[in-house]
Amino acid sequence: MAWAWPRILLGVALGGALLLEPGAARGADGGPAPLYQAEPPPFTPGIFPCTQCHQGPGDPTRRRLGFHDDVQDRFDHDAEHRWCLDCHDNADRDVLHLSSGERVPFTASYRLCGQCHGDKFRDWRVGVHGKRTGQWNGAKTYYLCVNCHDPHSPRFKPLRPDPRPQRPEEMGP
Amino acid sequence: MSAGGPGGGGLSRRQFLGRGLAVVAAAAASGCRVEELIGRSFRELSRDDVARVLARAARRQSARFGRPVTVDGAGPLPGVDFGYGLDLSRCIGCRRCVTACVKENNPSRRRPQIQWIKVLELDKARGVDLAHADAYYEADAVPRPGHFYMPVQCQQCRKPPCVKVCPVGATWKEPDGIVVVDYDWCIGCRCCMSACPYGARHFNWAEPDLPADELNPSTHYLGNRPRPKGVVEKCTFCIQRVRHGRYPACVEACPVGARKFGNLLDPESEIRQVMERKRVFVLKEDLGTQPQFYYFYAT
Repeated sequence: MAWAWPRILLGVALGGALLLEPGAARGADGGPAPLYQAEPPPFTPGIFPCTQCHQGPGDPTRRRLGFHDDVQDRFDHDAEHRWCLDCHDNADRDVLHLSSGERVPFTASYRLCGQCHGDKFRDWRVGVHGKRTGQWNGAKTYYLCVNCHDPHSPRFKPLRPDPRPQRPEEMGP
Repeated sequence: MSAGGPGGGGLSRRQFLGRGLAVVAAAAASGCRVEELIGRSFRELSRDDVARVLARAARRQSARFGRPVTVDGAGPLPGVDFGYGLDLSRCIGCRRCVTACVKENNPSRRRPQIQWIKVLELDKARGVDLAHADAYYEADAVPRPGHFYMPVQCQQCRKPPCVKVCPVGATWKEPDGIVVVDYDWCIGCRCCMSACPYGARHFNWAEPDLPADELNPSTHYLGNRPRPKGVVEKCTFCIQRVRHGRYPACVEACPVGARKFGNLLDPESEIRQVMERKRVFVLKEDLGTQPQFYYFYAT
């Protein structure tokens, strides 16, 4: 995907997590088609679990940190109004939290994204927004929001296009 | 056979049989089977004949490329009518779909170069104005400011003009909506190419240039089976994949998730969800071709 960070594996449990949402496409047998998470959420190598460093709650004051420079430098997600602890949970750094305070694991970050981007969230749940691979009539693999959009800088980054086709005059003998 | 046939023009029964055997021998010597000389189109074959024809095709392709090739003949799934959706507000013109399609479908690589998907670059100010479209854009990065992109491929029309004009019935629409070509029945007249308003059909002007190491050996008789010189080919929604439940290659390759595919008869399918929720249009609607390929704007 475009957001091509090196990734660490969170383990089989996360990679095979099952998403059961209403409105999912039907399988060949008429029942809801199972949806499987494509890849674990992307992390900078070696950085997860965050509790390796952040054991207890930290200073909740918004400020420039002395660490995580790469994230802070590229942070462009309503940066004027947001900072780390609006999404990352202060008490348990291995999870995120919603605006209600409810904690959600990184594998369910779409719930966090959906708080503001409800229209995209609704489209994503039924397969209109986002990407799926696998079977059109059966088991599908879905991509999390963060598999395509860097949560710290979500605009989709431009790509180098593949080579253009030959012009007819270039195809001569 | 000579004029008159058996019993006519002084041709004895013995001479007739003798000449018939000579034809058979000549056919065998030229690598061509009698059943091909007197053959029938693929869709007229009985179940047994289909099995034999598929086995023969696999044998020939394996010999042609020096590696094992499978030729599948899977038929349409009951209760399925395929529909395709393409989100013009997402497509960034990166041509990953083109690359994936070429890799999957075994078209000639160069001289001639055949690509079933053409990605058009259009001016945002002009909208969908095909007279000012550019398929040959080059850029360091896409999308380029002020432009949007519109991939065009076979629209799998419900009223396909290409099928209507084919003088020999070598192309037809399958019950699941896919318009296919029997490459062994096509006479290369190219009437279908001039009839298609979408430029979706392509002709093998020369022996296809497909290196054996780039071959996709998993083929369908009416799909990505390597083609001979002198026949027309086109997108089949990756018939070799979709008839086994898989998404087309272009859908899985798209990095922005702009491509949607599914069963139009299933209200929960992704394509039906698109049609329920989004602004959808078909290309050149005024021509009455009734495409099963839908463009939409998700935003």
